[in-house]
Amino acid sequence: MSAPLLEALHVTKRYGAMTALSDLSMTIDAGRPAITAVVGESGSGKTTLARIILGLTPPSAGQVLYKGRDLARLSGEQRWEFRRDVQAVFQDPYEVYNPFYRVDHVLTTPVKKFGLAANRADARAMIEGALRAVGLRPEEILGRFPHQLSGGQRQRIMVARAVLMKPKLIVADEPVSMVDASLRATILGSLRKLTDEMGISIIYITHDLATAYQVSDNILVMYRACVAEAGEVERVVKHPQHPYTRLLISSIPKVSIARDWLEDDGEQKVTALPGPDGCRFVERCPVAMAKCANTLPPLYRTEAHRAAACFQFETSPELAAGALTEVLVRG
Amino acid sequence: MSAILEVDGLRVEFEHPLGAVKAVDDVSFSLLANERLGLAGESGSGKSTMALAILRMIKPPGRIVGGRVVLDGVELSALDHEGMRKLRLAGIAMVPQGSMNSLNPVMRIKAQIADALADHGVRLSAADLDTRIAALLRTVGLRPEVASLYPHELSGGMKQRACIAIAICLRPKVIIADEPTSALDVVVQRQVMETLARVQRELACAIILVGHDMGLMAQFVDRLGVMYAGRLVEVAPIGEIITRPRHPYTKALISSLPSLEARGTMQGLPGLAPLLRDLPPGCAFHPRCTQAEDRCRSEKPAVRAVGPGQQAACHFA
Repeated sequence: MSAPLLEALHVTKRYGAMTALSDLSMTIDAGRPAITAVVGESGSGKTTLARIILGLTPPSAGQVLYKGRDLARLSGEQRWEFRRDVQAVFQDPYEVYNPFYRVDHVLTTPVKKFGLAANRADARAMIEGALRAVGLRPEEILGRFPHQLSGGQRQRIMVARAVLMKPKLIVADEPVSMVDASLRATILGSLRKLTDEMGISIIYITHDLATAYQVSDNILVMYRACVAEAGEVERVVKHPQHPYTRLLISSIPKVSIARDWLEDDGEQKVTALPGPDGCRFVERCPVAMAKCANTLPPLYRTEAHRAAACFQFETSPELAAGALTEVLVRG
Repeated sequence: MSAILEVDGLRVEFEHPLGAVKAVDDVSFSLLANERLGLAGESGSGKSTMALAILRMIKPPGRIVGGRVVLDGVELSALDHEGMRKLRLAGIAMVPQGSMNSLNPVMRIKAQIADALADHGVRLSAADLDTRIAALLRTVGLRPEVASLYPHELSGGMKQRACIAIAICLRPKVIIADEPTSALDVVVQRQVMETLARVQRELACAIILVGHDMGLMAQFVDRLGVMYAGRLVEVAPIGEIITRPRHPYTKALISSLPSLEARGTMQGLPGLAPLLRDLPPGCAFHPRCTQAEDRCRSEKPAVRAVGPGQQAACHFA
């Protein structure tokens, strides 16, 4: 068996005294494509995780392996290959464009740099194919300047650019948080198609649990640098186990005539302050126990496809370090 | 109950080389005392422009070309520059979009609230000022110590609350909150909206909530106005909007919200919002409407009553 596409092993990132990501291990196996959502509030470490996986930020401890080789020590050729296999889509569909170039520029550049096409006609066909794959009509897009297109179109061009490279993994960091609600479905729908039809794995980083539920197979809920809960998305959303996941879900305002959102008190009483090694959630946790303040709960495997880092589940077996991937479902 | 704010035939245009762009096109509605009214729509639908127009804060190349805004019996267009300046904050206060990032980074929170008070002629002794600011901060759920902090020492939710504290410092009759929680995560969003609800009860004021999250609207407002291409295409009590939306655009807005009930059910709106300077003939929504017929392509539907307290601009509503 060949080495998996990407492996994060005990990855930790510290900025001074602040820990942005704490001891996270997971594997992305290109042979079994799936969408894994990473959900959390600002500062939970989700973007740090994305940047480490993309090789944009080196971890403070632990390592990331690309096909079994340390990302920090790839040869020139291997790095080239990595840059093609793993693609990124970022949050802001306005900032990534140079306003003086036609949007074609972001599509033709990778084709040239990576020598993806034999000739011009070939390149054109590839670009048109990639645009169609994300639901855009090439004739409405090519030749335009960024300001002539909507945010949703610009963001889909970014997805098309990623698709051009025929990657095995796309890391999408908040790809729809800056586009209108009415367009989110279309963009996320094109991501889903990439996984289902082209076999591309996707890591979907978002603060929006509802869109994560709509498109993902798996979900990782992060809270202050740690994984609070992980597993198959249907189980996690319908039957959340970690108190933070429960708080997240109950905080989403629903379109219903039952108006219970403001009535129940979202503000948790401070029950205890976390010690340096305590559970990060203890100060907001409604079910905190004495030991939570001083001991960090490990991930417990509560079900075949689910793990939660909470002492409520300490009768379940502890998830072995690095075994997080085992609880995720794959295509 | 009587109306605290009446908007009648409000029109805002922006000059453009290809002709005037109608950003707000003949919008009328009334806001009752103590009411929470929502204004929903996609980006570019004119909802923020209308909020600014109510306060007469439209800047060139935009201008108000028609309509009346009456606050508690006072017609705002009759006020001069100084009269309007006094009325802002004191009569109608705005919590603008992204306001949490508009706090002055080199001033303590206390000084920023004091500034607003001083600018409106409130003269207080140092001790009284401290008491007043502490009370304001408590109203929005912040500890009095926050007064001596700088914005960078506060979290997003705390900054947004500080902005609400500034908005209510003169006890306005109307608060316009333009996407007050769009940059916050859901847990903090709920806390900020709870703060806004509590503030409204304490001040007995009315709120206009501008935004596009139909879930937030469903849970917060009493009545909802839906804007499309500068027009108010539906207004109704929120319960009616959710159970029986009349305008196809309202239906589409509701179904574009991702549900937590069933996976893969999220539906986008087909097509794009129209360019305001190049609106389609007839109903501006017809190119994206699943129910459009010939009549919709030629005849612009008027806003008409379709039920008790319910108005819609659709031939088939």
